[in-house]
Amino acid sequence: MEKILEVKGILKIYPNGVIANKDVSVDIEKNTIHAIVGENGAGKTTLMKVIFGITQPQEGEVFYKGEKINLKSPHDAIEIGIGMVHQHLMLAPDLTTAENMVLGIEPLRGKIFLNIDKAFEVTKKVSQDYGFDIPIDKKIKDLPIGIRQRVEILKALFRNAELLILDEPTTFLTPQEIDVLFNTLKDLKNHGKTIIFISHKLKEVKQIADRITVMSDAKIVTTKEASELTEHDIAYLMVGRDISFERISPPEKMGKPLLSVQNISYINDENVKLLNNVSFDIRESEILGLAGVEGNGQSELIKIITGLLKASEGNIYIKGESIKGLSPRVIREMGIAHIPEDRMGYGVADKTSLEENFIVDRYYKSPFSKIFRLIWKYITNHSRKLIEQFKILTLSSKTTVSSLSGGNIQKVVVARELSSEHEILIAAQPTRGIDVGSEEHVHNLLKNTRDAGKAIFLISADLDEILKLSTRIIVIYNGEIVAEFTDVPKISGKYLGPYMLGVKKQEAAVG
Amino acid sequence: MSPLLRSILSPEFGFAVLRVMTPLLFAALGVAISEMAGSINIALEGIMLVSAFTGVVVSAYTGSLVIALLAGLIAGIILAAMLGYFHLKLKADIILAAIALNMFASGITIFLTFIFAHDKGTTSSLRSLVFPDIHIPVIKSIPILGEILSGHNILTYGALLAVALYYIIIFKTPLGLRIRAVGQNPDAAESVGIDVNRIKLYALLLSGFFGAFGGLYLAMGYVSWFARDMTAGRGFIAIAITTLGGYLPIGTFLASLLFGTVNALAIYIASLQIPSEFVSLIPYLVTVIVLAVYSVQARRKKARKPTKAKEAV
Repeated sequence: MEKILEVKGILKIYPNGVIANKDVSVDIEKNTIHAIVGENGAGKTTLMKVIFGITQPQEGEVFYKGEKINLKSPHDAIEIGIGMVHQHLMLAPDLTTAENMVLGIEPLRGKIFLNIDKAFEVTKKVSQDYGFDIPIDKKIKDLPIGIRQRVEILKALFRNAELLILDEPTTFLTPQEIDVLFNTLKDLKNHGKTIIFISHKLKEVKQIADRITVMSDAKIVTTKEASELTEHDIAYLMVGRDISFERISPPEKMGKPLLSVQNISYINDENVKLLNNVSFDIRESEILGLAGVEGNGQSELIKIITGLLKASEGNIYIKGESIKGLSPRVIREMGIAHIPEDRMGYGVADKTSLEENFIVDRYYKSPFSKIFRLIWKYITNHSRKLIEQFKILTLSSKTTVSSLSGGNIQKVVVARELSSEHEILIAAQPTRGIDVGSEEHVHNLLKNTRDAGKAIFLISADLDEILKLSTRIIVIYNGEIVAEFTDVPKISGKYLGPYMLGVKKQEAAVG
Repeated sequence: MSPLLRSILSPEFGFAVLRVMTPLLFAALGVAISEMAGSINIALEGIMLVSAFTGVVVSAYTGSLVIALLAGLIAGIILAAMLGYFHLKLKADIILAAIALNMFASGITIFLTFIFAHDKGTTSSLRSLVFPDIHIPVIKSIPILGEILSGHNILTYGALLAVALYYIIIFKTPLGLRIRAVGQNPDAAESVGIDVNRIKLYALLLSGFFGAFGGLYLAMGYVSWFARDMTAGRGFIAIAITTLGGYLPIGTFLASLLFGTVNALAIYIASLQIPSEFVSLIPYLVTVIVLAVYSVQARRKKARKPTKAKEAV
């Protein structure tokens, strides 16, 4: 089979030190639909950015139709016939389909003026050529998402794309729209086009792909014909890795429920249901682990519990009291501490000092302040104690947070949250991006917190972390709790995988 | 009928509306075109000042209206280019850069007024030329309508033509299409190989072009001298006008007409026994009220129909 694209030995390290692609090699055969699957952060998107010229790798080569290419920008990629349909569509909302279509290569009338009739004409022609049924004179914002996506695909075809990259194209689509998209893609294949389809949804991949490449941890795990892989195989290849750690011992006894989440649903501004009837309790001395592929509603759930987002339905109780309509500060005062998943966005104010970051949740209380004055002497002492207790590496308590390493910044957040008066801890990605030593330290702190009788809700993309710490595990998929496991020591990541990817579901766990 | 009402219903009032509307309309078109490209230009105040000053001085020294016009336009466009340089090249915040340029324009024109006219207030010692008034043949003989529409300064007619020019640029040229695309979704424009910064710069230069006409009209049509800070907030009122007009040609024109009417009204009311401080407050007060009403309306509209544009684009 003829290869349209060959990627050889790509190494991509981002300036912040994250290795996104390591020795990545893959061949894309002409006139196929090639799926690239992997968890978020596995390196799929980086690979696509390399192929499309958005980013340049440190090592490795890309060959297109047998020739070595060196793309400096997406524009270069478009020139040679590579098109990309981004997850967030690249369309101007107030322009019509035809206007979006010709943008950048506008037909002229009399050398100065835009020839809008010609724009309509060429748009009509290209849409007929490919059998697309799209309104060409409507504004993009008045079209449903599925149609907008077709406009975006057509835009690439109009620019003579032969290789089309679709980045998670089904994210915002309804099942019906997905069917239409898949028919379109098969049609395009019949037109001789080659399609790279990026996804983490296994069912879809099995349904549409001819060949499948699985990525994990910045590396290619395997590339195989779709017929050689089952959904279970793919799930295992994506997330099932050996677990080499010791689980912490379970708590001696658990007390009464502290946090009670009841029938929470959340529908966002775009009318997409991101959480569906989620319910669970967390008891004293219990760590409840929430496992799931990122983007399945975890972020929204955390924000709803901490008062940053309003649930569409359902209610949450802290020690029996409803938090409906309460502000994050009041909710915190009721006994919630929150290690946010977005450390730099929600965890710290990075341009200010450690001292200031330590007191943002308590500056208004005595003895941190009196009437209208901050008591700096007390604050400095308080900060020094936290720095020592949590082993934060810093020059002084007045150092700016942004000058610390990622692990130490995380410790600042953890120190503040664990030193607050709380009974429930929401720990979201508590060890993301920090070194192994700090990770161990944070894990021990979480265990100590649990042993002190507090309830912990642990949300992590790292399955090992969930398995190591949790007393009980629930799995979220597509905004629903699809499984619950109470006998944690007996289960493995491999066992959870199919639930996280929506392949399996425990009927009893729902609702 | 009260004397005030009688004078408001007279053709002279209609004439005055168009006269006071002229600089506002030019400035509003300047704001609108940069806003279309997604960068808000609050430096129209400064652009108008430097153009007004340059026009007056150049006309006094060269005796040529054409050279004065060109010099005024160039001065305005240079100030807009400076804003583009600070914002697009040096990545300064556009609001801060524009505030700095407004203060710079105010200061430098006062300074140069003193150098050239030996007076820190006005250039009345210089003999500035003015743009001519035009009497339109047929129309001038129509009763009432003729009195309102004919006999204006050439730049007042220019302002009306500028609305058409703005319409043509934005909706009938590739540049306009790109300006709109850049303003709505710069990533989309960039993804098809459009140089976003270049398009934004072009829009700012056009903004300087329109604003310069407003300044020239103020000093060489409305009056015949330059006075310190003579723009008197028109560059800011223009922002209110464009917001109200939705950055569209006809909307901007109608909103300018509304603000022109309010301004003219203020002038007429001044003839009554009302403290002049209060009277000169009226246009600004109306600006605030109109904007408040408008934004409440807009929010209600938004609440009813969530913006679809945001979800996927």
